[in-house]
Amino acid sequence: AAMSRKGRKLLVDSLTRSAKHFTKSEVECLIKLFDTLVAKASSQFAGAGFDRTVFRDTLYNAFGMTDDVVLDRVFSTFDRDNTGCITVEEWVEGLAVLLRGTLEEKMKYCFAIYDLNGDGYISKEEMFQMLKHSLLIQPADEEPDEGVKDLVEIALKKMDYDHDGKLSFTDFEKAVRDENLLLEAFGPCLPDIK
Amino acid sequence: IFSKASISLEDSGSSSETDEDEQPVRRQEGSTDLSAEYWGIQKLAKYVKGGDPTATLIALCSMRDFNLSEETCQLAIKDTGCLEVLINLLDTEEIKCQTGSLKILKEISQNILIRHAIADLGGLEIMVKILDSPDTDLKCLAAETIANVARFKRARKTVRKHGGIKRLVELLESISVGSSYQAKDTETVRCAALALWSCSKSTKNKKAIRKAGGIPLLARWLKCSHANILIPIVGTLQECASEPSYRLAIRTEGMIENLVKNLSSEHEELQMHCASAIFKCAEDEEIRDLVRKHEGLQPLSALLDKSENKQLLAAVTGAIWKCAISRENVLKFQEYKTVETLVTLLTDQPEEVLINVIGALGECCQEEENRGTIRRSGGIAPMVTLLTATNPALLVNVNKAVGGCAMEPENMAIIDSLDGVRLLWSLLKNPNPDVQASAAWALCPCVENAKNSGEMVRSFVGGLELIVNLLKSKDKEVLTSVCAAIANIAKDQENLAVMTDHGVVPLLSKLANTNNNKLRRHLAEAIAHCCMWGSNRVAFGEAKAVAPLARYLKSKDPLVHRATAQALYQLSEDPNNCVIMHENGVVKLLLAMVGSTDDTLQEAAAGCIANIRRLALAAEKAKYG
Repeated sequence: AAMSRKGRKLLVDSLTRSAKHFTKSEVECLIKLFDTLVAKASSQFAGAGFDRTVFRDTLYNAFGMTDDVVLDRVFSTFDRDNTGCITVEEWVEGLAVLLRGTLEEKMKYCFAIYDLNGDGYISKEEMFQMLKHSLLIQPADEEPDEGVKDLVEIALKKMDYDHDGKLSFTDFEKAVRDENLLLEAFGPCLPDIK
Repeated sequence: IFSKASISLEDSGSSSETDEDEQPVRRQEGSTDLSAEYWGIQKLAKYVKGGDPTATLIALCSMRDFNLSEETCQLAIKDTGCLEVLINLLDTEEIKCQTGSLKILKEISQNILIRHAIADLGGLEIMVKILDSPDTDLKCLAAETIANVARFKRARKTVRKHGGIKRLVELLESISVGSSYQAKDTETVRCAALALWSCSKSTKNKKAIRKAGGIPLLARWLKCSHANILIPIVGTLQECASEPSYRLAIRTEGMIENLVKNLSSEHEELQMHCASAIFKCAEDEEIRDLVRKHEGLQPLSALLDKSENKQLLAAVTGAIWKCAISRENVLKFQEYKTVETLVTLLTDQPEEVLINVIGALGECCQEEENRGTIRRSGGIAPMVTLLTATNPALLVNVNKAVGGCAMEPENMAIIDSLDGVRLLWSLLKNPNPDVQASAAWALCPCVENAKNSGEMVRSFVGGLELIVNLLKSKDKEVLTSVCAAIANIAKDQENLAVMTDHGVVPLLSKLANTNNNKLRRHLAEAIAHCCMWGSNRVAFGEAKAVAPLARYLKSKDPLVHRATAQALYQLSEDPNNCVIMHENGVVKLLLAMVGSTDDTLQEAAAGCIANIRRLALAAEKAKYG
């Protein structure tokens, strides 16, 4: 449904405030992009947003993100109200973190990505899931999963500060503050600056 | 004389050029028990080698939990083949992996074996390339690691050959001083400066830095107020100050002002490097003047109180030494009672400090007042004690200082009572020609001012033979100084007789064919004085010393004229010598000097001409009846 000029202006203002990291003109561009994507999508959501498929395509085209598991999780992070549809607010505010988030915002974002079942902890099983394909060369005499399990232990040892066998957000945050490189420890989920 | 002493000052954070250039040898070979660190690191190495970037990063971050400053860990990284992997990672385009790798390399490159290994594996070239990266953190890490690795010559050469110097200098340009900048930007400058400092230890790199336009940038950053940037900047300048082109720039770009200002920094390391830079630059008279004009002499003098920090003390005393070459500076130092303080530093100090302290006192002896001050502060005794040192650089300075003090008869009495002259005399036997020469120079005022000088000299067993034999030396400075000493010794008839027995006449004559004005002057003086015994005048003539002496009159040096005229006057007492002088056109040359304002020269010239005329006339008469 097309928006009135006044309605549009109100939207831009409110999104500029809530997203925090974009200027008004940038927000306008993002809204325009949103509209294009909605037009491409099926009319499932009556023009209020677009679905997972369109989202994944967009992220692939824009940022070269290919990992399915990650892309799924990103979608879920954007889709805060869990409707399966990305609204314009979710779109702009989500991108704000992705492109310009502070370290705190990014940490929360990444943690949410890696917390596959959303229970507030990154468990060993979740880590295993994410690192399953990260070993390219395996010694022939080893069980294929042994290496990954070992790597999970290594990661846990590094980041599990309260030694409860899983990573809470506090654990994760501490680890990343100590070593920024661990922000995307379990797989790239932020766009590459290049 | 200028003592060619070379001072080895340890720069903090890097060893001198010579230490590291041989291939380092591991301290314990083949330890049977591989440490826990070894296995731990080997396990992680597996994931770095065989994992995708995500797995690699996890492994790299975990590796940093090992104590990477410990040698066992450092060597474990090398022995497990992990070092190659780390360097290979640098060659990828994965910024996070490059960062993770460099964080480790930066730590372990503190180890000398690792440094050499990194260079051998081609790590330096890759790090230089990374200096072009758009990622600031990565650039900083690369620069800091280069700073560590470039502690040996070959590494420094590699950096230069791959364009590293140019890139590092460019990094200094990233932002302007004084504008408000982020911590990140100054970090780049700090790291680049550290790398340049390490690299600047090679002479070719000093030139390369200059060619890349580094000097104005160094000057610019010298004006900033961050100690952690200033230290490597001053460190670099101080390193490069051995090059005249840098000293010129230091003069003209107003850097002395900043160096002086930072002498009052609260960071002792910075103070040390500033003092060091001044030490090296003060070779140039203009710089010595600039230090005084910018009121740098007072803070230098004040820093003498920080006697606990030996590196700082060595740098400060060095700076004071060189500054004291200029008389106006010595006068200024007198205001600050610097001489008194220096005397207190004559005992219980490491050699590198002593060399400079004594050097400074030697220069201060230019001023008569200071010779007395040294005595009143009890400085003579410790100085004489130092005559028994073994370090040649130290001895050269001690000799000069003792010689300076010996110009005062009161000081001379003390020196003599402490056996100082005998100690000086035995230094004539020292294998180092600089030591021999400086000892001989010092003996001149000693012989001149000692009580019962002739007897004293005779009391040194074999002493006269020793000094006469030094006329066989190949070193010009030794020859010059020994001639000067002999000129003094020969004033005592008995000693002159002994020296004649030891062949002083032919030995002096052999030296006559020289173009060196300083040698000519003292040689002529020696000849003049040695004429006053027995048939030495005739002997000089027979030894063919006269004709060369005649040529000395053609030199432009008035001191040479004076000494030569005296020698010729003495020699002209012998008729045969007069003939030779006449044949060599001496009369005409001396006539020009008869009108000189120098009384001694005037008298000698006139006397000589008179002798020649009289004796030549008599010879003519005898020939023709």
